[in-house]
Amino acid sequence: MNILVCISKTPETTAPIDFTPDGGALKTEGMNYILNPYDEWYALVRALELKEANGGQVHVINVGPSSNDIVIRKALAIGAEEAYRVDCDPKDAWMVAAEIHAFAKDKNYDIIFTGKETLDYSGSLVPGMLAELLQIPFISYANHLEQSDNTLICHREIEGGYEEVEVSTPVVISAAKGLAEQRIPNMRGIMMAKRKPLHVLEAQCVAPKQDLIHYEKPPARTGVQLIDPENMDELVRLLHEEAKVI
Amino acid sequence: MILVLIEHADNKVKKAGLEALTIAKQLAVKTSSEVGAIVIGSIEDPESLGNYGADQCFLIDHPNLQQFDTSNYTQVVAQIAKDKGADIVILSHTSKGKALVGRLAIKLESDVLSGVSQFVGVEDGTLLLKKPVFAGKGIASFKLNAKKAVFTLLGNAVQPQTFDGSCTVITREVSVAPPREKVVKVDRATGEVPLPEAEIVVSAGRGMKGPENWGIIEDLAKELGATTACSRPVADMDWRPHHEHVGQTGIAISPNLYIAAGISGAIQHLAGVNSSKNIVVINKDPEAPFFKAADYGVVGDLFEVVPRLTEAIRKFKNNQ
Ligand SMILES: Cc1cc2nc3c(=O)[nH]c(=O)nc-3n(C[C@H](O)[C@H](O)[C@H](O)COP(=O)(O)OP(=O)(O)OC[C@H]3O[C@@H](n4cnc5c(N)ncnc54)[C@H](O)[C@@H]3O)c2cc1C
Ligand SMILES: Nc1ncnc2c1ncn2[C@@H]1O[C@H](COP(=O)(O)O)[C@@H](O)[C@H]1O
Repeated sequence: MNILVCISKTPETTAPIDFTPDGGALKTEGMNYILNPYDEWYALVRALELKEANGGQVHVINVGPSSNDIVIRKALAIGAEEAYRVDCDPKDAWMVAAEIHAFAKDKNYDIIFTGKETLDYSGSLVPGMLAELLQIPFISYANHLEQSDNTLICHREIEGGYEEVEVSTPVVISAAKGLAEQRIPNMRGIMMAKRKPLHVLEAQCVAPKQDLIHYEKPPARTGVQLIDPENMDELVRLLHEEAKVI
Repeated sequence: MILVLIEHADNKVKKAGLEALTIAKQLAVKTSSEVGAIVIGSIEDPESLGNYGADQCFLIDHPNLQQFDTSNYTQVVAQIAKDKGADIVILSHTSKGKALVGRLAIKLESDVLSGVSQFVGVEDGTLLLKKPVFAGKGIASFKLNAKKAVFTLLGNAVQPQTFDGSCTVITREVSVAPPREKVVKVDRATGEVPLPEAEIVVSAGRGMKGPENWGIIEDLAKELGATTACSRPVADMDWRPHHEHVGQTGIAISPNLYIAAGISGAIQHLAGVNSSKNIVVINKDPEAPFFKAADYGVVGDLFEVVPRLTEAIRKFKNNQ
């Protein structure tokens, strides 16, 4: 079973986020980036488990500039055999999906894994786009996956529960929490990652379809109003009269 | 035409569907176009969608659409969009909407955005939309082609509005292949409003000490007609089911009221809840970071405060 895992990078989850005064750009100075947790913890690890059970290879792909190599090496350290980086700075999900499609269309991967979303823009767009471009089924927000021969049995997360879905390969699967347990790369993995191939590919460079024009900070809360713990009638009054929510 | 894929369950239109119709109507007024509602499956009284802004309602029913399949649903929505020369297709930001939006954008070759929190306007053929980014630490404005766009709308982004209108119901015949994504079982908690749609959410964390103490949270939720949620460690320890976990790695919600008891307010928790319109925090530690993100704070022992709040609400409702 050959598997492709799409990996993206995202600002570290506790990083403070700020924008230039005109709202034109994100301030990236000193920003730490990590491998997108859904891609690393769930998609990649489940892919490696399937490979360990069935043989085959796990490849990772990232569409991004050379500064992404450091997070790509981490995926190799966790256990992927080979990495591909399509050299461009994508402006939107369409640019990413078009590049991955161009790469994967004649490679016969059995499964293409993605995360359910990248934590920066929470787009959740790339996997569905890929599935449509490749004309193959798509299991979104998978939080459980078992395999029997060419059939995969997945749990697709839905509001308040899940759907159990049977699907044949090839398929695109986006990974949600629960699909696997996080693996920490060990020293051997980190050393081996340095010698594994990281292929840099030329981009197709399609035009973006989304135009991000402005950033702002969310409206600040006006500050907490403290209420006497003995007097919950007062809280109820405020929720009714001031907040108008009950 | 502005099209909306209507979310429904048990033959009833979900609030998310009415919210999407409301935005569609606002858009239609600005662009002098009509609103078309697409219903896959069946709902009671489709004419009544007219009261929420729909001019036409397209009913599509087929045995191969009984279960959700991303290719088949994309195909039928795209077919109507193409037949009607639709400018914009609006989906709800639900499990279905999120699974479809990318596929549909490719099929229609349209501009696309997911998780829209605000429709700003239409100007010179461009559609202006906003959405929270970086886990709610920022809001970004996007420009899309107003003649060719698909987007999903976040729950509670608007309150459904009613209009004096009527809608023509049109049954559409379609041919659909058997699903390749075969749904063999659906396992869903019934009764409660699902978290992303809930207007009021009562949530609790590790301060609860153990799963056996959740009765007071359920009582409060019941009194408020609220849905229950929890912090991540609580779901990880199996004190509560996983679908209740909110935050950066769980579900992102934006209810009108979020009540958090015994939750410290870690940044990854806030990431999923800070778009709530009003936040009440109950915590015995006055230094808990959550108070900085709250509108109303109660410093006290939740085992005393929560039952007291439930009682106060009961009293308030009896006096109404
Ligand atoms: C990458 C990453 C992603 C994460 N994603 C999420 C996520 O999606 N959602 C999430 O919730 N967390 C997430 N976390 C975990 C997060 O960092 C916190 O550890 C977690 O939110 C803490 O849960 P808690 O507030 O329930 O517990 P604690 O931090 O232990 O807080 C318990 C609180 O209860 C209060 N308390 C105790 N007893 C009482 C009492 N009797 N009365 C009143 N108050 C009391 C305490 O003062 C304390 O503030 C993530 C972490 C990482 C690293
Ligand atoms: N630049 C990228 N390169 C490779 N894969 C990506 C990239 N951006 C997003 N993805 C994949 O698509 C998933 C969903 O991303 P998004 O649509 O950006 O929310 C991520 O979890 C990744 O698996």
